[in-house]
Amino acid sequence: MFKKLHITCNEATTICNKSQYKEASLIEKIKLNLHFLTCEICRLYTKQNNKMSRLFKVNSIDCKRKINCLSEEDKRALKKQLEEYKV
Amino acid sequence: MLQEKITLNPDKWINNYADYLFNYAVVRVNDGDLAKDLVQETFYAGLKSAKNFLGKSTERTWLVSILKRKVIDHYRKINSEKGQAEVRMNFYDTGENEGSWIEERVPQSWDNASEKTIENQELKTQLEVCIDNLPEKYAMVFRMKTIQEFETEEICKELDITASNLWVIIHRARIQLRKCMEDNWFNN
Repeated sequence: MFKKLHITCNEATTICNKSQYKEASLIEKIKLNLHFLTCEICRLYTKQNNKMSRLFKVNSIDCKRKINCLSEEDKRALKKQLEEYKV
Repeated sequence: MLQEKITLNPDKWINNYADYLFNYAVVRVNDGDLAKDLVQETFYAGLKSAKNFLGKSTERTWLVSILKRKVIDHYRKINSEKGQAEVRMNFYDTGENEGSWIEERVPQSWDNASEKTIENQELKTQLEVCIDNLPEKYAMVFRMKTIQEFETEEICKELDITASNLWVIIHRARIQLRKCMEDNWFNN
Protein backbone atom coordinates (compact mmCIF):
# COMPACT_ATOMS: atom_id res chain seq x y z
CA MET A 1 0.00 0.00 0.00
CA PHE A 2 2.68 2.49 1.08
CA LYS A 3 4.80 1.49 -1.92
CA LYS A 4 1.98 2.56 -4.21
CA LEU A 5 1.93 5.98 -2.60
CA HIS A 6 5.68 6.44 -2.76
CA ILE A 7 6.85 8.95 -5.36
CA THR A 8 10.20 10.38 -6.44
CA CYS A 9 11.20 14.06 -6.21
CA ASN A 10 10.67 14.35 -9.97
CA GLU A 11 7.10 13.08 -9.58
CA ALA A 12 6.52 15.19 -6.47
CA THR A 13 7.56 18.41 -8.21
CA THR A 14 5.42 17.49 -11.22
CA ILE A 15 2.39 17.17 -8.94
CA CYS A 16 3.39 20.36 -7.15
CA ASN A 17 3.48 22.18 -10.48
CA LYS A 18 0.13 20.72 -11.49
CA SER A 19 -1.41 21.77 -8.20
CA GLN A 20 -0.36 25.38 -8.86
CA TYR A 21 -3.12 25.33 -11.48
CA LYS A 22 -5.49 23.42 -9.17
CA GLU A 23 -5.34 20.44 -11.51
CA ALA A 24 -3.76 17.82 -9.24
CA SER A 25 -6.06 14.95 -8.29
CA LEU A 26 -6.82 13.95 -4.70
CA ILE A 27 -4.60 10.88 -4.87
CA GLU A 28 -1.77 13.00 -6.30
CA LYS A 29 -2.14 15.46 -3.44
CA ILE A 30 -2.02 12.61 -0.90
CA LYS A 31 1.15 11.25 -2.52
CA LEU A 32 2.69 14.72 -2.50
CA ASN A 33 1.93 15.30 1.17
CA LEU A 34 3.35 11.92 2.09
CA HIS A 35 6.47 12.77 0.14
CA PHE A 36 6.81 16.02 2.08
CA LEU A 37 7.09 14.02 5.33
CA THR A 38 10.49 12.78 4.25
CA CYS A 39 11.72 15.36 1.75
CA GLU A 40 12.79 18.77 2.91
CA ILE A 41 14.03 19.78 -0.55
CA CYS A 42 10.63 19.30 -2.16
CA ARG A 43 9.00 21.18 0.72
CA LEU A 44 11.33 24.09 0.00
CA TYR A 45 10.66 23.75 -3.75
CA THR A 46 6.92 23.95 -3.09
CA LYS A 47 7.25 27.02 -0.92
CA GLN A 48 9.30 28.77 -3.60
CA ASN A 49 6.99 27.50 -6.31
CA ASN A 50 4.03 29.16 -4.57
CA LYS A 51 5.94 32.43 -4.59
CA MET A 52 6.73 31.97 -8.29
CA SER A 53 3.02 31.45 -8.96
CA ARG A 54 2.18 34.76 -7.30
CA LEU A 55 4.81 36.38 -9.47
CA PHE A 56 3.38 34.77 -12.62
CA LYS A 57 -0.08 35.98 -11.64
CA VAL A 58 1.08 39.62 -11.52
CA ASN A 59 2.72 39.12 -14.90
CA SER A 60 -0.46 37.55 -16.24
CA ILE A 61 -2.62 40.50 -15.14
CA ASP A 62 -0.21 42.92 -16.86
CA CYS A 63 -0.17 40.90 -20.08
CA LYS A 64 -3.93 40.52 -20.26
CA ARG A 65 -4.38 44.29 -20.00
CA LYS A 66 -2.36 44.72 -23.14
CA ILE A 67 -4.22 44.61 -26.48
CA ASN A 68 -1.86 43.94 -29.36
CA CYS A 69 -2.64 45.79 -32.57
CA LEU A 70 -0.91 46.19 -35.90
CA SER A 71 0.37 49.67 -36.72
CA GLU A 72 -1.22 51.58 -39.59
CA GLU A 73 2.03 51.18 -41.48
CA ASP A 74 1.92 47.39 -41.02
CA LYS A 75 -1.67 47.34 -42.24
CA ARG A 76 -0.81 49.38 -45.33
CA ALA A 77 2.08 47.01 -46.11
CA LEU A 78 -0.15 44.00 -45.57
CA LYS A 79 -2.82 45.45 -47.86
CA LYS A 80 -0.24 46.03 -50.57
CA GLN A 81 1.11 42.47 -50.24
CA LEU A 82 -2.39 41.06 -50.40
CA GLU A 83 -3.22 43.10 -53.50
CA GLU A 84 -0.06 41.84 -55.18
CA TYR A 85 -0.91 38.29 -54.18
CA LYS A 86 -4.38 38.55 -55.71
CA VAL A 87 -2.95 39.52 -59.12
CA MET B 1 -35.97 29.19 -41.42
CA LEU B 2 -33.20 29.55 -43.97
CA GLN B 3 -30.03 31.14 -42.74
CA GLU B 4 -28.42 33.66 -45.03
CA LYS B 5 -25.24 32.33 -46.61
CA ILE B 6 -22.20 34.38 -45.68
CA THR B 7 -19.91 35.43 -48.49
CA LEU B 8 -16.27 36.42 -48.28
CA ASN B 9 -15.15 39.98 -48.71
CA PRO B 10 -11.32 39.89 -48.90
CA ASP B 11 -11.08 43.63 -49.59
CA LYS B 12 -12.21 44.31 -46.04
CA TRP B 13 -10.20 41.61 -44.29
CA ILE B 14 -7.38 43.86 -43.17
CA ASN B 15 -9.63 46.58 -41.78
CA ASN B 16 -11.98 44.14 -40.13
CA TYR B 17 -9.79 41.29 -38.90
CA ALA B 18 -6.06 42.13 -39.03
CA ASP B 19 -5.91 43.43 -35.45
CA TYR B 20 -7.99 40.58 -34.07
CA LEU B 21 -5.90 37.94 -35.82
CA PHE B 22 -2.66 39.68 -34.87
CA ASN B 23 -3.65 39.78 -31.20
CA TYR B 24 -4.73 36.14 -31.39
CA ALA B 25 -1.35 35.15 -32.84
CA VAL B 26 0.87 37.32 -30.64
CA VAL B 27 -0.74 35.98 -27.47
CA ARG B 28 0.26 32.49 -28.58
CA VAL B 29 3.68 32.99 -30.13
CA ASN B 30 4.78 36.06 -28.13
CA ASP B 31 6.66 37.48 -31.09
CA GLY B 32 5.26 40.46 -33.00
CA ASP B 33 7.15 39.80 -36.23
CA LEU B 34 6.26 36.15 -36.29
CA ALA B 35 2.62 37.01 -35.51
CA LYS B 36 2.59 39.43 -38.46
CA ASP B 37 3.92 36.67 -40.73
CA LEU B 38 1.28 34.25 -39.51
CA VAL B 39 -1.48 36.80 -40.15
CA GLN B 40 -0.15 37.44 -43.62
CA GLU B 41 0.03 33.70 -44.34
CA THR B 42 -3.51 33.34 -43.03
CA PHE B 43 -4.81 35.94 -45.49
CA TYR B 44 -2.90 34.30 -48.35
CA ALA B 45 -4.28 30.90 -47.43
CA GLY B 46 -7.75 32.45 -47.14
CA LEU B 47 -7.55 33.86 -50.65
CA LYS B 48 -6.21 30.59 -51.98
CA SER B 49 -8.96 28.50 -50.47
CA ALA B 50 -11.79 31.04 -50.79
CA LYS B 51 -13.63 28.68 -53.11
CA ASN B 52 -13.85 26.14 -50.28
CA PHE B 53 -15.62 28.58 -47.95
CA LEU B 54 -19.08 27.15 -47.38
CA GLY B 55 -20.59 30.27 -45.87
CA LYS B 56 -21.74 28.43 -42.75
CA SER B 57 -19.47 30.31 -40.35
CA THR B 58 -18.53 33.96 -40.17
CA GLU B 59 -15.52 35.23 -42.09
CA ARG B 60 -13.69 35.83 -38.82
CA THR B 61 -14.30 32.30 -37.52
CA TRP B 62 -13.10 30.90 -40.82
CA LEU B 63 -9.96 33.03 -40.83
CA VAL B 64 -9.25 32.13 -37.19
CA SER B 65 -9.50 28.44 -38.05
CA ILE B 66 -6.85 28.98 -40.74
CA LEU B 67 -4.66 30.90 -38.29
CA LYS B 68 -5.03 28.10 -35.74
CA ARG B 69 -3.53 25.69 -38.26
CA LYS B 70 -0.66 28.11 -38.82
CA VAL B 71 0.00 28.24 -35.07
CA ILE B 72 -0.01 24.41 -34.87
CA ASP B 73 2.38 24.26 -37.84
CA HIS B 74 4.68 26.72 -36.08
CA TYR B 75 4.52 24.72 -32.85
CA ARG B 76 5.35 21.48 -34.69
CA LYS B 77 8.24 23.18 -36.40
CA ILE B 78 9.80 24.43 -33.16
CA ASN B 79 8.99 21.11 -31.52
CA SER B 80 10.99 19.20 -34.10
CA GLU B 81 13.79 21.77 -34.37
CA LYS B 82 14.51 22.22 -30.69
CA GLY B 83 14.15 19.14 -28.61
CA GLN B 84 14.52 18.32 -24.98
CA ALA B 85 18.32 18.39 -25.16
CA GLU B 86 18.29 22.12 -24.50
CA VAL B 87 16.72 21.67 -21.09
CA ARG B 88 19.13 20.92 -18.31
CA MET B 89 18.48 17.79 -16.33
CA ASN B 90 17.26 18.39 -12.81
CA PHE B 91 16.74 14.82 -11.65
CA TYR B 92 18.73 11.61 -12.08
CA ASP B 93 17.10 9.62 -14.84
CA THR B 94 18.75 6.26 -14.12
CA GLY B 95 20.33 4.30 -11.30
CA GLU B 96 19.42 4.02 -7.66
CA ASN B 97 18.87 7.81 -7.42
CA GLU B 98 16.44 7.84 -10.33
CA GLY B 99 13.91 10.65 -9.85
CA SER B 100 15.93 12.38 -7.10
CA TRP B 101 17.34 15.89 -7.37
CA ILE B 102 20.78 16.24 -8.96
CA GLU B 103 22.96 17.87 -6.27
CA GLU B 104 23.81 21.10 -8.11
CA ARG B 105 20.18 21.61 -9.10
CA VAL B 106 18.78 21.30 -5.58
CA PRO B 107 16.78 24.44 -4.62
CA GLN B 108 18.68 26.81 -2.35
CA SER B 109 17.18 29.07 0.28
CA TRP B 110 16.40 32.47 -1.18
CA ASP B 111 18.27 35.30 0.51
CA ASN B 112 16.12 38.22 -0.46
CA ALA B 113 12.74 36.72 -1.20
CA SER B 114 10.94 38.80 1.36
CA GLU B 115 12.57 42.19 0.81
CA LYS B 116 11.73 42.57 -2.84
CA THR B 117 8.05 42.75 -3.54
CA ILE B 118 6.45 41.01 -6.47
CA GLU B 119 5.28 44.37 -7.80
CA ASN B 120 8.86 45.35 -8.47
CA GLN B 121 9.34 46.24 -12.16
CA GLU B 122 12.92 44.95 -12.25
CA LEU B 123 11.70 41.63 -10.95
CA LYS B 124 9.10 41.43 -13.72
CA THR B 125 11.77 42.23 -16.29
CA GLN B 126 14.01 39.48 -14.91
CA LEU B 127 11.13 37.04 -15.06
CA GLU B 128 10.55 37.93 -18.73
CA VAL B 129 14.24 37.33 -19.41
CA CYS B 130 14.00 33.91 -17.77
CA ILE B 131 10.88 32.99 -19.76
CA ASP B 132 12.58 34.11 -22.97
CA ASN B 133 15.53 31.86 -22.11
CA LEU B 134 13.31 28.79 -22.15
CA PRO B 135 13.30 26.66 -25.30
CA GLU B 136 10.68 28.20 -27.59
CA LYS B 137 8.13 25.41 -27.33
CA TYR B 138 8.37 25.42 -23.53
CA ALA B 139 7.94 29.19 -23.43
CA MET B 140 4.95 28.97 -25.75
CA VAL B 141 3.09 26.34 -23.71
CA PHE B 142 4.07 27.96 -20.43
CA ARG B 143 2.80 31.39 -21.51
CA MET B 144 -0.47 29.98 -22.80
CA LYS B 145 -1.09 28.05 -19.59
CA THR B 146 0.31 30.42 -16.96
CA ILE B 147 0.30 33.93 -18.36
CA GLN B 148 -2.73 33.78 -20.66
CA GLU B 149 -4.42 31.24 -18.35
CA PHE B 150 -5.89 29.06 -21.10
CA GLU B 151 -7.58 25.84 -20.06
CA THR B 152 -5.44 22.71 -20.40
CA GLU B 153 -7.95 21.22 -22.84
CA GLU B 154 -7.86 24.31 -25.02
CA ILE B 155 -4.07 24.32 -25.28
CA CYS B 156 -3.99 20.60 -26.06
CA LYS B 157 -6.55 21.13 -28.79
CA GLU B 158 -4.84 24.18 -30.23
CA LEU B 159 -1.35 22.69 -30.26
CA ASP B 160 -2.46 19.13 -30.88
CA ILE B 161 -0.66 17.72 -27.83
CA THR B 162 -1.79 15.42 -25.02
CA ALA B 163 -2.45 16.60 -21.46
CA SER B 164 0.45 14.52 -20.13
CA ASN B 165 2.70 16.09 -22.75
CA LEU B 166 1.54 19.52 -21.58
CA TRP B 167 2.28 18.75 -17.92
CA VAL B 168 5.77 17.49 -18.73
CA ILE B 169 6.46 20.77 -20.54
CA ILE B 170 4.97 22.90 -17.74
CA HIS B 171 6.94 20.94 -15.14
CA ARG B 172 10.25 21.38 -16.98
CA ALA B 173 9.55 25.02 -17.74
CA ARG B 174 8.74 25.84 -14.12
CA ILE B 175 11.81 24.00 -12.80
CA GLN B 176 13.99 25.97 -15.23
CA LEU B 177 12.29 29.25 -14.34
CA ARG B 178 12.69 28.69 -10.62
CA LYS B 179 16.40 28.00 -11.09
CA CYS B 180 16.85 31.01 -13.38
CA MET B 181 15.12 33.33 -10.90
CA GLU B 182 17.14 31.85 -8.05
CA ASP B 183 20.44 32.49 -9.86
CA ASN B 184 19.56 35.91 -11.22
CA TRP B 185 17.28 37.46 -8.66
CA PHE B 186 16.62 35.78 -5.37
CA ASN B 187 20.22 34.85 -4.63
CA ASN B 188 21.91 37.48 -6.75
